[in-house]
Amino acid sequence: MSDQIDEGLRSELQKRGVWVTSTQELYNWGRKNSIWPLQFGLACCAIEMIATAASRYDLARFGGEVFRPSPRQADLMIVAGTVTKKMAPQIVRLYNQMPDPKYVISMGACAISGGPFKQGYNVLKGIDRYIPVDVYIPGCPPRPEALLHAFMELQRKIDGQKLTGQDKASHLDREQPSEFPVPAFGAHDLEPPSNPNIFRPPAIERA
Amino acid sequence: MQSLDEIKARAEAAVPGAKIEIVPNPGPANQPSLLLDHEHAGAVALFLRDDPALKLDHCSNVTGVDWLDRKVSKKVKVKKVVDGAEKEVEESQEEFFPGYLEAVYHLFSMTLKHGPVVIRMRTADRAQGAQLPSLTPVWRSAEFQEREIFDLYGIKFDGHPDLRRILMWDEFEDFPMRKDYREPDDYEYEPTPHDEVLEKAKQHYTPRPQLDGAENLTAAQQ
Repeated sequence: MSDQIDEGLRSELQKRGVWVTSTQELYNWGRKNSIWPLQFGLACCAIEMIATAASRYDLARFGGEVFRPSPRQADLMIVAGTVTKKMAPQIVRLYNQMPDPKYVISMGACAISGGPFKQGYNVLKGIDRYIPVDVYIPGCPPRPEALLHAFMELQRKIDGQKLTGQDKASHLDREQPSEFPVPAFGAHDLEPPSNPNIFRPPAIERA
Repeated sequence: MQSLDEIKARAEAAVPGAKIEIVPNPGPANQPSLLLDHEHAGAVALFLRDDPALKLDHCSNVTGVDWLDRKVSKKVKVKKVVDGAEKEVEESQEEFFPGYLEAVYHLFSMTLKHGPVVIRMRTADRAQGAQLPSLTPVWRSAEFQEREIFDLYGIKFDGHPDLRRILMWDEFEDFPMRKDYREPDDYEYEPTPHDEVLEKAKQHYTPRPQLDGAENLTAAQQ
């Protein structure tokens, strides 16, 4: 582990042809460079996501080009677009079907908060009401560069995750849930309207 | 294309018993429409579609309108006996129009390249089971749009082949496009609420009357 090995000693050893590493470093290096996103799009953000995967922006440079059509093979869910209340249970179910470790990028204003449709009756006011989100990208829609930036942030996050100890990654902690309750279609709204265990509405802060 | 009066006269001649009314539109669009009665709507629609001079074979748009109960006050001059002498006195009278739901169809002719002819139908009231005859058997393109009206306004279309909700889920009970619809109260903090959102915000935060506008709200005491 880099925090246990002296960096100077390590680079000195490297110069002599000895490469020192740790299981955690190798494991995270492998994981962060082959993030397979789940292949689905919800609205115009999905077009930007497609552009990011295509040759001009080339997500393959970061190891994320393998869009999987099955949640069982995916590591990353890019919620790209407006989540309607009718679609929300399916999104949560897809998330539940993904194997651990799994990550979520909330792409665009709609996926973050409902965006321009926030005051409407049929749009979910942010996917973080039901599933935990790792990286939020603002924008309407965000440019491919922004998605690449979010991808790199996610790689940084994965790189920093610990395999052991108190602050180990949540997917290695048996206490942490990896599935979340799927909301039901109610008579007037989704039931429940949010998952209180993971979602706290933003509070007003004024003097 | 023929004038609307002409179309009305010919349709009434072709469909015995049909009562058609011309609804004027005083707005800048000046697009008057034909109001059909429920009983003969299907037959009149068939006439509009198949008549060789009209051939309105393309139903481009179907939409719903919600009209609430409304009162219109008018000033009317009334002759009254005041102090033994007959005088003209202005009196305000209130006229009550009961509410109804409406379906509006915009018709064009692909064959003869003319249009639009606007037809509409009105329900008796705004009650839960308000009914209208379906025109889907005449114009197949009306199917999804009538389903949408059923979903959002709650008009039941008689004779529709597959009348289910199309946008909202089946368990949903409200009709969101009706003017008296109130969405569930799931207001969430916004930094600069205004208009309707400000009204909602006021219900969730205690007001600070010494300030104007959005900043006169403060967090509710927990």
